Amino acid sequence: MKRLLSVFLITLGCTAIILSGCGSSSGSAAGKNGKLYVYNWGEYIDPDVITSFEKETGIKVIYDMFESNEIMYAKIAQDDSAYDVICPSDYMIQKLIESGLVQKLDYSKLPNATANIGKDYWTKSQQFDAGNLYSVPYCWGTVGILYNKTMVSDPVDSWNILWNSKYKGEILMQDSVRDAYMVALKKDGYSCNTTDKAQLEQATQDLIAQKPLVQAYVIDQVRDKMIGGEAALGVIYSGEAIYTKRENPDLEYVIPKEGTNIWIDSWVITKDSKNKENALKWINYMCRDDIALKNFDYITYSTPNVKAQAEITDDDIRNSKVAFPDLNSIKTEAYSNLGEAGDRMYNDYWMQVKSAD
Amino acid sequence: MLKSAKTSRLLASPYLAWAFIFILVPLGMILYYGLTDDAGAFTLQNITYIAKPAYFKSLLLALELGVISTVICFLLAYPLGMILAGMKLGRHEFILTLFILPMWMNFLLRTLTWMTLLERKGVLNDILGLLHLPPVYIINTPAAIVIGMVYNFLPFMILPIYNSLSKIDDNVINAARDLGADPLQTFLRVTLPLSVPGIISGITMVFIPALTTFAISAMLGGSKVLLIGNVIEQEFTVAYDWHLGSGMSIILMLFILINMVISSVSDRKEAG
Repeated sequence: MKRLLSVFLITLGCTAIILSGCGSSSGSAAGKNGKLYVYNWGEYIDPDVITSFEKETGIKVIYDMFESNEIMYAKIAQDDSAYDVICPSDYMIQKLIESGLVQKLDYSKLPNATANIGKDYWTKSQQFDAGNLYSVPYCWGTVGILYNKTMVSDPVDSWNILWNSKYKGEILMQDSVRDAYMVALKKDGYSCNTTDKAQLEQATQDLIAQKPLVQAYVIDQVRDKMIGGEAALGVIYSGEAIYTKRENPDLEYVIPKEGTNIWIDSWVITKDSKNKENALKWINYMCRDDIALKNFDYITYSTPNVKAQAEITDDDIRNSKVAFPDLNSIKTEAYSNLGEAGDRMYNDYWMQVKSAD
Repeated sequence: MLKSAKTSRLLASPYLAWAFIFILVPLGMILYYGLTDDAGAFTLQNITYIAKPAYFKSLLLALELGVISTVICFLLAYPLGMILAGMKLGRHEFILTLFILPMWMNFLLRTLTWMTLLERKGVLNDILGLLHLPPVYIINTPAAIVIGMVYNFLPFMILPIYNSLSKIDDNVINAARDLGADPLQTFLRVTLPLSVPGIISGITMVFIPALTTFAISAMLGGSKVLLIGNVIEQEFTVAYDWHLGSGMSIILMLFILINMVISSVSDRKEAG
């Protein structure tokens, strides 16, 4: 949906640029300390945070949103100078580093990051950013099953329930290659980064077998459809669990026993950023504990900012196993970049699933 | 004379520039990307990819749904066109406006509304529930996509058909009657042939957007039904494979070209 909307908005934007070319070209309203182009996930920040950043720093923020890592990559690979600071996920950060599209960070300008971000998250980040040179964690979480207690009678503790024909038409799957395959691969006990043909073949057959049971493949809509009772089970990011439960108390989030994906979304600065200093200020600002807390209250995605974690006032949330699971008690695996051949292979298999009856 | 030619060329220049920047350049880029690989070497691999079952199936399905939608649009639009053409001035304009009115709203918004109507717990099933009828599950099936396409593209069929029907001189019909043709014969041998240009342009205007759509199928098909338009969109956005996406686009363009050739040939026949 957002993808379509953004196409529409881009068209409008192009028209506006052409039209503004006829009028005065000096009209772009820069802040007194310049501009900053931010590219982040949709609904992934408290809008007040942007305003307060602008007020405190005098930097004008131009804020754009993307719906998937792949869409973001397509845009950055075209022209990375279009944005200064972006917030991709782990495997995509690895891909950006390997493609030389991001630059090393000057940590002397990021005191809040070094002070407030927990050690565990820096360690986890090493998997895609060895030496923590390029990225600063912003949010993290797991992928799990959100289910409606009034509609599901069986215990939900395994990915297998998504293959239970009792819930035909009541299941929502993620419309993204990596997440869909992660579910099938983990169910069979494989790594979610496998490039083994036999394992992927099996996962593909599983996903095709599952397709008649699936109501729809969606991304952001899982949240609203689950709240509205449109479906009984949905694959969703842990960050949505607190929000959806708040809206519909019948919903429960579970991390399946076979293990799941753990993801970290981190800030990176593009290689050809035109506003590097402002980008560093932005990252540092996002790591301030009061800002991270304000953001967490709004978007409910787990923050790696341990100082902010300690300041959460609601005991239930501060001690929540959903928001802050004990990483030693669950099996988790982060995505890594599959390379071009790997991506092509996953995509071809995914097309088979999508075109199956 | 020379001066006026110069002025007209000058006046035409914005349109030429427009056509160059927004039609020729993108077309050239699609051809370039579609016929090269990552290294920039010539290849037909992006085109032959269509032979893969998953890709070929999406093309066939897009053609099938496109044809079904076009036929339904035609069956709905022709009688309406005839009714409108037979109406007194003023009234038919009102009804025509009613059909065009929804087009003033954003197309995505209208398609989104169909989602709410057809959903499992949507408006349609609410109404059926009130009448104690069993619910129907149309959303996320090819049928939902056809409904969406017919709804969105119907005006493009009605307008040209109505236009060509209203241009038919009453005297031609009267002459046919005078010469002893019954209503059915008059329709089959006079009205229908004279409205062919409208039918052809209606078919083109419905079939091409129906064949290439990816928005309607993504929204009403729940991403479960993969059309060739969705494949192209995925290649460009998700897979970031511009070569393959362009290759698929070239295939789709071939079908559009065939459609255009057929319509222009039959147009010329009409003129001759």
